[in-house]
Amino acid sequence: MRQDIGEGRGAGMRDRPSGDAALLLLADSRLPAGGHAHSGGAEEAVRLGTITGPEDLARFLRGRLATAGLVTAALAAAACELAAATADHPAEPYGQADGDGNTPDAGTDADPARPWRRLDAEADARTASPAQREASRVQGRLLIRTARRIWPSAVLDTLAKAVPEGAHHPIALGAAAASAGCDPYQAAMAAAYNSVTGPATAAVRLLGLDPVTVHRLLADLAPALNDAAHAACASLIDDVVPDGAPQNGPAHNAATQNGAAAKTRGSGWPALPGHTAPALDLLAEGHLNNPMKLFVS
Amino acid sequence: MGAQHDDLHDAADPHGRALRLGIGGPVGSGKTALVAALCRSLGPSMRLGVVTNDIYTTEDAEFLRRAGVLDPERILAVQTGCCPHTAIRDDIAANLDAVETLEERFGPLDLVIVESGGDNLTATFSRGLADRQIFVLDVSGGDKVPRKGGPGVTTADLLVVNKTDLAPLVGADLTVMSRDAAAVRDGRPVLFTSLREDRSAHSVAEWVTSLVNTWKHANDHVHEHTTPTTAA
Amino acid sequence: MTTPPSGPAASRASVTARAVITTEAAGGRTRLETLRSDPPLTLRQTGPGLVHLVSTAAGPLGGDHLLLVIDVAPGTELEVRSVASTLVLPGSSPGDSVMVVDARVGAGASLRFSPEPTVLAAGCSHRMAVRLSLAEDANVVWREEIVFGRHGERPGRCRTRFDATVAGRPLLRQELLIGDPAVDASPAVYGDARCVGSTLIAGPAWDAVRDQKGERRATIGDGWATLPLAGPGVLASALAQDTVELRSRLERAESMADVYAGHMAGENGACRAATDTSGGRRAVAW
Repeated sequence: MRQDIGEGRGAGMRDRPSGDAALLLLADSRLPAGGHAHSGGAEEAVRLGTITGPEDLARFLRGRLATAGLVTAALAAAACELAAATADHPAEPYGQADGDGNTPDAGTDADPARPWRRLDAEADARTASPAQREASRVQGRLLIRTARRIWPSAVLDTLAKAVPEGAHHPIALGAAAASAGCDPYQAAMAAAYNSVTGPATAAVRLLGLDPVTVHRLLADLAPALNDAAHAACASLIDDVVPDGAPQNGPAHNAATQNGAAAKTRGSGWPALPGHTAPALDLLAEGHLNNPMKLFVS
Repeated sequence: MGAQHDDLHDAADPHGRALRLGIGGPVGSGKTALVAALCRSLGPSMRLGVVTNDIYTTEDAEFLRRAGVLDPERILAVQTGCCPHTAIRDDIAANLDAVETLEERFGPLDLVIVESGGDNLTATFSRGLADRQIFVLDVSGGDKVPRKGGPGVTTADLLVVNKTDLAPLVGADLTVMSRDAAAVRDGRPVLFTSLREDRSAHSVAEWVTSLVNTWKHANDHVHEHTTPTTAA
Repeated sequence: MTTPPSGPAASRASVTARAVITTEAAGGRTRLETLRSDPPLTLRQTGPGLVHLVSTAAGPLGGDHLLLVIDVAPGTELEVRSVASTLVLPGSSPGDSVMVVDARVGAGASLRFSPEPTVLAAGCSHRMAVRLSLAEDANVVWREEIVFGRHGERPGRCRTRFDATVAGRPLLRQELLIGDPAVDASPAVYGDARCVGSTLIAGPAWDAVRDQKGERRATIGDGWATLPLAGPGVLASALAQDTVELRSRLERAESMADVYAGHMAGENGACRAATDTSGGRRAVAW
């Protein structure tokens, strides 16, 4: 884990100069993490004729941002917050028995993988469509692979081990954002932005739309993107590091005093947004049945 | 699901893994036929895996599976979202994931072939994905193609000019193609094939075999003198 | 809840109501331990383990705060239905109308909740929240249908939240927002549909096979999908132009749920319980 991640928190994470530039890198469609092959339902909507031009696309993007975009933004913000809060936990104890002789798989409070699995399960519960869960996990796995080389950190190592089949994409994005030096708001912004740029680019390719027109649509969404990122962060209860949380040292030393912290860590996660888009579910599942598809999702 | 990639080694780090061979070239030049031919020739003596990058879903992968040249499980397809060159050059994450999934499921392997989706003359493989690459042209594109160059023609480790049987029919002069290719390729090899007539692509298979042997030897050599630190 | 008033808003004072249904096991059978109505939430026992919601006033109206508590004791079975659709109206009081259902289903118990649709009249501002807490081996069939306005009418605003947990673990968390024209008509959200519905069917029979690689494939049809969840359940989901089409699509999606049930279903009682609680109408082909 980079040194500045844990330390930055007390001083206010937005003060860290690295965040903004890192956000640009994370949100850039050129980030080599496999995102270019996902249309977020746009390919199927084009095939079915529910996206035929810029007007349909604008409505598609606005609806996607208000639902899946907001949910992924909130999950990314929560993951970023968790990553920052647990940056002090060394990755090494993972896989070893802890002080009480329990294995991490037993799910002790000291197990750094446990909150990641819980947060990942919150993403599962918000993704009813198995096709969307699969697409999200594939993208999460590829992002973690890429991020671990760009921004190596104990948090990313922990997450990769905690969810070996691939964490959900917003969870991976939040952890990567923290490792890159972003704060939860920036993580949320990257997630919200990704939720519309992928489908927009796909529509340009599939329908031959004027790329400037489509970028204008994205620019029109800028206020909504800000709102989504704000709403995502407002939905977080800042309970991840209550007073008395361990500052350093082996996790098991803090296990007892950490009891309250462990109880409250992520206590706000159940209430995170769960906005669902029934049409996106249908599109994602229909996409898998299309033998001539160009995009993964 | 995919592999558990806990190792952090650089994609180009060759320690203890298969040679990754990219096969690229324009649509219809015979990439998939070449992959099938290599599986036929090398399958009996090598542990192989194949990753295809189809424009349309899994068409090439299905072709290979139906051809029966390799255990279908060893052929994975990657979708490229309309941009086959992006998946092999700019954002190779999905291809790396597929390659490592094959290595984890069936490894150790000797050779993993990554076939690009049919693209244009500028599409080449990232060195982060392919250790070596073959570029496949065919004579029906005209004998001027090698002269026009492009990164595929000029920099590929091997240039294969396929469908030589069609040369008289399309008025392509193989001598001109050979001479032009030599001029832009700085001594790197060029092979002429007709995969319709030689379904095992003997000359290309020979080149690949020697490549794999060199690769293995280099790896063994490396292992004698260094400690692989991060490779799983 | 029964007769849609013709005026834009009914003119009664807003109310706060709390109705309760609890069951208990009595000699191997289900007995209703508590059945407490609180108008406009009026409850009637209409059969063994069967309760109907009966409307005794218009609404919900703006300003109403309605809470329905359901507690299905371990080993018992309960079915809750309604006699008619619910028409949500604006009220004379300021504020949203709020409907909360708090349901617990104990070990080995089963609950079927399938009221008639909720219709969002023009100008309404409604919030609905369902907290469904399932014990490890509880069974549930929970249906929700929402209609965007009466015939030819734009709906008011509505926000729903549904949280289902199994032994404390999240199974399904969903929110729906209705009434924002920019979102309602999005091809990503409801498209041209005017009704949305879903049925959660959950229980130990749908516990995902642990060593299974990857996700199971959903079953889809025209405007409906049967979605196997990551946890022990499936979600039948449908979009439609009208309530008849919605119900038909939803029932088709529900009928596919058993495709995803494990073979052990017959032994652990999931099938039996679900059949027993489906009442006269077997929406789900168990």
